[in-house]
Amino acid sequence: MHEGHLSDSMQTGLGVYYFLVALMNLGFAAYFHYHKNDRNQALIWSAVAALFAGHGLAYLAHRGWILPEGFKNSVNYVMGPTTYFVAAVAGLAAFLYWRRFFTEPVVAWTILQVGLLFSGWAMTDYTFQQIITKPDNVPIVMLIFSVGFFTWLPMRQAVINDDRLARGEPPMEKLEEEKVLVWPDLVYTELICMVICTVGLVIWAVALKAPLEQPASSSRIPNPSKAPWYFLGLQEMLVYFDPWMAGVVLPTFIIIGLIAIPYIDFNQKGNGYFTFTQRSFSVSTFLFGFVVLWVVLIVLGTFLRGPNWNFFGPFEPWDPHKSVPLNNVNLSDYFWLMGFGQAMEGMGWFWRELPGIVLILVYLLALPPLLAKTFMRSYFIKMGFIRFFILVTLIQFMMLLPIKMVLRWTINLKYIVFIPEAFFNI
Amino acid sequence: MALGDSIRNSQVWKSIFRHPAPRDRRNRIVVMLTNVFLHLHPVSVRKSGIALSYTWCMGGITFFLFLVETVTGVLLMFYYRPTLEHAYNDILSLRDVATLGILRELHRWGAHAMVISIWLHMYRVFLTGSYKPPREFNWGVGVILLVLTLLLSFTGYLLPWDQLAIWAITVGSNMARATPILGHEGPGAKFLQIGGVELIHSGSDARFLLLGGRFVGETALLRFYVLHCVAIPLAVGLLIAVHFWRVRKDGGISGAL
Ligand code: HEM
Repeated sequence: MHEGHLSDSMQTGLGVYYFLVALMNLGFAAYFHYHKNDRNQALIWSAVAALFAGHGLAYLAHRGWILPEGFKNSVNYVMGPTTYFVAAVAGLAAFLYWRRFFTEPVVAWTILQVGLLFSGWAMTDYTFQQIITKPDNVPIVMLIFSVGFFTWLPMRQAVINDDRLARGEPPMEKLEEEKVLVWPDLVYTELICMVICTVGLVIWAVALKAPLEQPASSSRIPNPSKAPWYFLGLQEMLVYFDPWMAGVVLPTFIIIGLIAIPYIDFNQKGNGYFTFTQRSFSVSTFLFGFVVLWVVLIVLGTFLRGPNWNFFGPFEPWDPHKSVPLNNVNLSDYFWLMGFGQAMEGMGWFWRELPGIVLILVYLLALPPLLAKTFMRSYFIKMGFIRFFILVTLIQFMMLLPIKMVLRWTINLKYIVFIPEAFFNI
Repeated sequence: MALGDSIRNSQVWKSIFRHPAPRDRRNRIVVMLTNVFLHLHPVSVRKSGIALSYTWCMGGITFFLFLVETVTGVLLMFYYRPTLEHAYNDILSLRDVATLGILRELHRWGAHAMVISIWLHMYRVFLTGSYKPPREFNWGVGVILLVLTLLLSFTGYLLPWDQLAIWAITVGSNMARATPILGHEGPGAKFLQIGGVELIHSGSDARFLLLGGRFVGETALLRFYVLHCVAIPLAVGLLIAVHFWRVRKDGGISGAL
């Protein structure tokens, strides 16, 4: 298959895909018609189903359309590590702020349908299709949809519970306090779940062959060389940090931080039910860490990083010769060269890097007491010195990545501290 | 029906299961108590705790996938030899020669799915606040399980010994070179020296320990194989037992207080 032309099997595949989506929408319409007695909604979703069915017919007849070049080019143009990451953060913030709106089933469904429509269209692009259909990348597609769904679902239950709590009623979970026997209630659920999982896994295994490339060779280095997908968030950090930070120190902090969560979260509320308002700080922090800094970066590393770990838009062919100008500057350059007009030759590393070292020390040591006195005073009082210090330190390490990102994007900062003599670069 | 009942009331059946068909309340309780596998569960649970919209069944799915990986993994071991000479070709012939041609697929896709399901399990435990007292410790056990699951996946990635495998592991294990103090390109490693002789160099650092060599070669393959097939699964199995035990001892699946 070449650019601008769609293979027959791809057309058929897309046709089936769009028919399945049409069926989904028909089901949604039927739900409104019969269950909710809401004629308007039923009509809207029938129309949407018809739209998808039209797509299905066109592709099945091998007359389907492909994304226009102009559109693809503008998407590629807009996309970059900066826009991608900023959009993710803004998206999460908007979702949390307008959670009541976004968790409406109709709104969530609309977003899903738009996503499905565009995914189908995007598959008509050769580059995009090549990347998505790599066997080991299929889990990422599953990851995107499942994390999306399992962010929506608990947030919806949280909104409902928060309303109930505000009215002085107990959360939904509390309404089903009575005990049931494990046999049959739980055992049968487990059995059904197991059967469904088995069927799903077998279908997946039959449909998709496990990849096997050329035999290992220590001389032919593939470009890009990627770690397994679940570590691509860490590999993405290598853009901003040296291996000792991205590969060792920060992962260690992630593990320690996760284990520490129950011991630093002093909030007794929100144990055993979904809620947002009662735990807004911890839930927001966790969502930022898991969804943005972990999942979103994995998606970036898998789909949008190509040869030489350069950024490629979703429809941009992976050209190994793409060159991206690197003109990153260290903090010491900024301070001595540009600030004082003083050359740094002959300067010992200590003096040269003193500004950066001071900055890091201030960040790590002076910020916690400052926060304890100002914004986070109430936390400090409730948590006591040790817990508070650990909490703030963990959050500071988590924020190192976004801070370094912003510094890189705005002032091309390479290292805050640069002591190559000791492999100590931050 | 009558046939089913007479089987279940037969001497053989009762000798195995120790009770008749679990039709009435008494026998439904007895069935949970007398079966070593079912007895991982309590006898009765709060209705809200087992709602699908509450647990998403994700812990259970993770456990199920672990079992799938164990069974398919043992079967794969019949066909696979962890040496440079055989590893790749064994995988090749597994694809081309072996009956039950989806064994490798089941194992690989199951592993991917387990990584996703364990993340989602952690996600739901966090969002229901189920790590709060008295379940702090079990959350910690869970985090270790998470790390071990990722390591299981990572060590397994090398075994097919193709380009994908060796370079993914090279990228990953290169990090160990930069471990502070213990990696030969890590900060602080230079300070570890006696009389000018460096203790940490490329033949003695954390990466060397992981790979058994200076690059991803035969020793690394053997190490990853042993870790993947024996050491980590044993540890995970043990910790899952602790995890389930604690779910029950901490008062069953959490519910609104
Ligand atoms: C091999 C991995 C794991 C298996 C097989 C597993 C299995 C389970 C199962 C079956 C439950 C019962 C409730 C449910 O399904 O949600 C559970 C509960 C729990 N899990 Fe896991 N889990 C694993 C990893 C983890 C991880 C990574 C964490 C967190 C970091 C975790 C923390 C917990 C906690 C705190 C509970 C109690 C929740 C409650 O009472 O509501 N587990 N686990």
